[in-house]
Amino acid sequence: MTTDTVAIGKRPIRHDGVDKVTGRAQYGNDVKLAGTLYAHILRSAHAHARIMSIDTSAAGELPGVQAVVTSADMPDLSKNTEVINDGEGEGGGLAYMSQNMLARGKVLYHGHAIAAVAATSASIAEEACKLIKVDYEILPPLLSTCDAMKDDAPIIHAAMRTEEAGKLGDKPSNVAKHMQLKRGDMDAGFAEADVVVEREFFTKMVHQGYIEPQATTVLWKQDGTLSIWASTQSPWGVRREVSELLQVPQGKIKVTPTEIGGGFGGKLDVYLEPVAAILSKKAGYKPVKMAMSRADVLMATGPTSGSWIKVKMGVKKNGEITAAQAWMEYEAGAFPGSPVGAGMGVIFGPYRLPNVQIDGYDVIVNKPKTMAYRAPGGTNAAYASESVVDELAEKIGMDPLRLRQLNGAKEGDRRVDGPTFQRVGYLETVQAAINSPHYEDGLAAAPATNIKVGRGVASGFWFNWGGKSSCNAAVNPDGSITLSEGSADIGGTRTSISMQLAEVLGIGVENIKPAVVDTDSVGYNDATGGSRTTFGSGLAAFEVGTKIKQIMIERAAKFWEIDAKDVTLVRGVFKNHSKQMTFAELAAKLDETGGQVVASAATDGKGGAPAFGTHVVDVAVDTETGKVQILRYTAVQDVGHAIYPPYVEGQIQGGVSQGVGWALHEEYFYNDKGLLLNASLLDYRMPTALDLPMIETILVEVASPNHPYGVRGVGEVPIVPPAAAVANAIHNAIGVRVTNLPMSPGEVLRALGKI
Amino acid sequence: MKTQVSTTINNEPVEFLCQPNESLLEVLRNTLSLTGAKEGCNNGNCGACSVILNGVLVNSCCVLAVETEGASVTTIEGIAPKSGGLHPIQQAFLENAALQCGICTPGFIMASKALLDKNPHPTEHEVRYWLAGNLCRCTGYDKIVKAVLAVAG
Repeated sequence: MTTDTVAIGKRPIRHDGVDKVTGRAQYGNDVKLAGTLYAHILRSAHAHARIMSIDTSAAGELPGVQAVVTSADMPDLSKNTEVINDGEGEGGGLAYMSQNMLARGKVLYHGHAIAAVAATSASIAEEACKLIKVDYEILPPLLSTCDAMKDDAPIIHAAMRTEEAGKLGDKPSNVAKHMQLKRGDMDAGFAEADVVVEREFFTKMVHQGYIEPQATTVLWKQDGTLSIWASTQSPWGVRREVSELLQVPQGKIKVTPTEIGGGFGGKLDVYLEPVAAILSKKAGYKPVKMAMSRADVLMATGPTSGSWIKVKMGVKKNGEITAAQAWMEYEAGAFPGSPVGAGMGVIFGPYRLPNVQIDGYDVIVNKPKTMAYRAPGGTNAAYASESVVDELAEKIGMDPLRLRQLNGAKEGDRRVDGPTFQRVGYLETVQAAINSPHYEDGLAAAPATNIKVGRGVASGFWFNWGGKSSCNAAVNPDGSITLSEGSADIGGTRTSISMQLAEVLGIGVENIKPAVVDTDSVGYNDATGGSRTTFGSGLAAFEVGTKIKQIMIERAAKFWEIDAKDVTLVRGVFKNHSKQMTFAELAAKLDETGGQVVASAATDGKGGAPAFGTHVVDVAVDTETGKVQILRYTAVQDVGHAIYPPYVEGQIQGGVSQGVGWALHEEYFYNDKGLLLNASLLDYRMPTALDLPMIETILVEVASPNHPYGVRGVGEVPIVPPAAAVANAIHNAIGVRVTNLPMSPGEVLRALGKI
Repeated sequence: MKTQVSTTINNEPVEFLCQPNESLLEVLRNTLSLTGAKEGCNNGNCGACSVILNGVLVNSCCVLAVETEGASVTTIEGIAPKSGGLHPIQQAFLENAALQCGICTPGFIMASKALLDKNPHPTEHEVRYWLAGNLCRCTGYDKIVKAVLAVAG
């Protein structure tokens, strides 16, 4: 978009690149303090059971064991009604979060933490856990929203009442919350339609699948302060949650974020840190390291919801969508807080709708507590609605992108969830998809008679968060700038943030030295989540850059003994008529012009910057085996302004990859006892390099009005359309709609009536 | 009862003590502080712990440390030239933005090195086939495959 820039829009090598390609970068499990103890967690062997007794005596006596803890060692917050909101979806109540750290009274899912041991080695800790005797009274598990919502269903949380329109129901229920969005006249809307389509969709729980399991080291010191090293998206979130869960003031806790090996929402909340903390204290104030195994990650950290969604939409023959209705039941897992609310905002997000009603239900089941996963609740929602939109287009004989053009949301239209859109680029993404080489090309020929090829399209919406950020900067004598910021860098944000500071000053980004620092070394920063980091922390960098620019202009004026208003800073050069001086030259003269130059900024990126994507995919379906292969993929997205383009493309390609995994391969398999049967990366099948083609990206740049460089978040939008786009392509190939995720070979063959 | 093992790691002779059930990954990370090899799954499915053992790409989580007696092991810490700069694959990963979070990157670089040592000019399909033992959740593989093809020329 901007061609005359110095830093933004360029493709430099990222600042942390060398550390990450040489193996030097320190991730959660790479932290090693002298005298560290190693911890292991005992997890529930059952999906739903009452804990009658826990006997830890034998474990405590094993040589090498230094501490054993259960929920009895944690503050009892059962009566606490405070809600923690992590900024991305529903954080859930503190009482529930406490019970999720270590079970209290009941275990609510296979893998629920019960007790933990710290020992001189990881293997001793693991052996000790096997010596802990837990006496269970096994209870029947509830494994689907359908079963959990039955009138005679056993109640998982005895005290739970359904919250509805701000009021609690009068009888126990497994439905934590029922929400409704409504406007217009549904009956009139459907009456106006020439074609009405209604379909039901089922989706399974899927996991974020970050390659680095959760890991932390915690040292509770004798003076009552805690030092925590954690692989987290949210250092200040860890500080707050540990503070609340252990009832320790936030000022006594320092969180040092390590490098983080993926998160996708799954590393916003704590699982290990409070438990490691109480072990550290009980073991005599020694550092305790806790790292999850892959099985722990899959069993006991947040997947996103499985769901049942029904969508009904009506359209006139001329392509005008007259009404849209959805019923959405999302599995919350063992505690309230599914992303159904966000899913309700996404499901018809791209459309201008006069008549719309959406009912969402947050439903407790005996599975792990769900956690944010990249555009939480969006992929399954769009899978349902965008499949129905595709069917509407098919039934009225209209190109599916044309139908989207006719009904697409633009500036001034009201979102289903209330706010009115400012300038957005949805229609631009649809037009760019229509103009793309991919959409203009024909389909590849099928290589054999049992192979059918097809093309699908789908669009997706995500809100994008702004959030609070702060940073500090200091000018060095060589003209470089040290930037201390607080956003966990999961994919190049040190550089995308630095670029915005550099641009203000007109200097190259190689002059900025960014560091992600601990919670004692910079002001508060919200999580790396909600696609906010380049937007929100970029805003703080822009502001700190603006302050430094002003101070440096004053210094140049002082040096030249002229008025500051007569000095300009253009592309890193201070100028006054014939006089000029580079940024670096002035930086060398700070002592003689008034001393060092430092600045800090604290910003709140209110409003965020919603964004849309439109995807085109070609598939080959083997009608004998049911296997679906992705042949070609093009993802178009309104990115506002691509600050660091290779990593904008990378976010889109990664989101597509996760979406394709969700579409075709990934699912949690539970048996009828509620035991997870595929807690490994062999059986939880994420896409490999061989499952995907190159992923074309088309960056549409419709500047956000809420950011000085027009930035919009990019990370989450691209996971919203893929499942729907692939489903529509499968339909185009074989003429049937697959309405269950994942669209595995078995599902495809079932849809074809072959099994 | 610990066993003494004499081996070569990154062209330097190394001796260590280990339990007979300790994996090469555990010894590299915990005993030798070579933490560039990462544990993503500990059962050979993600490739984050990839190293080269006697010229063969292995998941170090699935190799017993005692098996490296008399062997030669190359890890991510040992592939950049001593004279300075990076290995061409490391450089290509940086220039092609072939990493995001970076946790899988050492494993991918070692797997790519093993491929290019054996087959210096692979096709895109050969790259994808070879790298299918390494999981990346961030990139969608596009830029990783392009980086390897860029080195292959």
